[in-house]
Amino acid sequence: MISEWVVSILLLFGGTFILIGSLGLLKLPDFFMRLHGPTKATTLGMASMLIAAMVYFANSKTGLSVKEILITIFLLITAPISGYMLIKSAIHHKLKPKEGTKGLDNIEDD
Amino acid sequence: MRLQARFRWLPTPFRSLFLFIVWLLLNNSVSVGHIVLATFFAIFIPILSFSFRDPQPLILKPGLALKQFVIVLYDIIVANLQVALLIVGPSKKLRPAFIKVPLDLTHDMPITILASSVSLTPGTVSAEVYPIPESLAEGEEMTQRYLLIHVLDLDDEAELIKHIKKRYEAPLKEIFQC
Amino acid sequence: MLDTVLLIVFAMIGLSLLLNLWRLIIGPSIPDRVLALDTMYINVIALIVLYSISMGTGLYFEAALLIAMLGFVSTVAVCKYLLRGDIIE
Repeated sequence: MISEWVVSILLLFGGTFILIGSLGLLKLPDFFMRLHGPTKATTLGMASMLIAAMVYFANSKTGLSVKEILITIFLLITAPISGYMLIKSAIHHKLKPKEGTKGLDNIEDD
Repeated sequence: MRLQARFRWLPTPFRSLFLFIVWLLLNNSVSVGHIVLATFFAIFIPILSFSFRDPQPLILKPGLALKQFVIVLYDIIVANLQVALLIVGPSKKLRPAFIKVPLDLTHDMPITILASSVSLTPGTVSAEVYPIPESLAEGEEMTQRYLLIHVLDLDDEAELIKHIKKRYEAPLKEIFQC
Repeated sequence: MLDTVLLIVFAMIGLSLLLNLWRLIIGPSIPDRVLALDTMYINVIALIVLYSISMGTGLYFEAALLIAMLGFVSTVAVCKYLLRGDIIE
C-alpha cells in the first residue's frame, strides 16, 4: 500500500518534470536557453520515473528488475554529451542568442 | 597524477569494475556463470581497447569520488527545482549569459567529467572547451584552457565561477591528484 | 489509485510530446529541430516505462534501453553532420 503511494508520487513528480522540460523547449526565446529544459528537467523526470518503475516491480510478482538503473545511468551520462554536441553545432551555425545576452565576446570562432 | 595502472593486465581498473557491474545489471542476475563471463569481459575488453585511447589519469581517491558523485546527484535534484521554477516563470526576466571559466585541470577525462557535472547542475550548460585542439598551430603548446558555459539566469559572474571551481573542480583535482 | 495516476501521467507525457512536435514543426533552425527530436526520444522512453507499469511486465525495458541508445547515437551523428558536413571523416 505504501509502495503504491511512493510509486504514484514519483510518477507524478517525473511526469511534471518532463512536462516542464517540454514547456521550456517550447516557450523559451532562443536556442541556447531552450537547451536547458531538455538537458536538465527531462533527465530528472526520467530518473524519477524509472525509480518509480523499479519500486513498483520490486513489490509486484515479477520481482526486482535492475535494468531501470542501467537506463537511468545511461541517460545521466549521455544527456550532457548530446547537449554539448547540440550547443557546439548551434555555435557553428551562428544562431542568434536572445537580445541582451551577456558575454557574447566570449564565443570564439571555430 | 598517475597515468599508468599498477598492473599491466588491468590497465583501467575502474572501467573494468564498471563493465563487470553493467554486465550483471544487463542480465539481471548474479549466477555463477554470469559472474565468470563478466570477469572475462571486465579483464579482456579494457586490454583490447586500451591501445585505441589516450592514457587518462586514474582515479586515485575512490572514496572521495563516491562522495563527489553523491554531491552532484543532490545538486542535480536541487538545481532542477530551481530551473523548473525559472522555466515556468516569466521568461522576460531571465538574464542569459555566456561566461568563460578558466580551468586548472589539464587532461581530457577530468575536463569531461567537470563539463558534464556543470551541464547537469544549476542553470548552466557547458558549451565549449577553449582552445580547440584543431585550431592550434602545429607544435603549439596547449596553454591555459577555458570552459565556455551558457547560464540561464546570471546573477553574479565572479560568484558563479568561484562556486563552480570550489564545488566541482577542486574535488576533481583531488580525486585525480593533478 | 495507481490506475488514475497512470492515466494522468500518460496524459502529461502525451502533452509534452505534442509540445515537442510543435517545436519540431516551427523550428526555426536545424539544431532546434534536432533538440526537439532528442527530447521526443526521451519522452517515448517515458511512455514505454509507463506502459510496462500498466501492463505489469518488465519485458519492455529492453526496448526502452535500445531506444535510449539509438536516440543518443542518432543525435550525436546528426550534430556531427551539422558540424562537419560528414559523419565519419
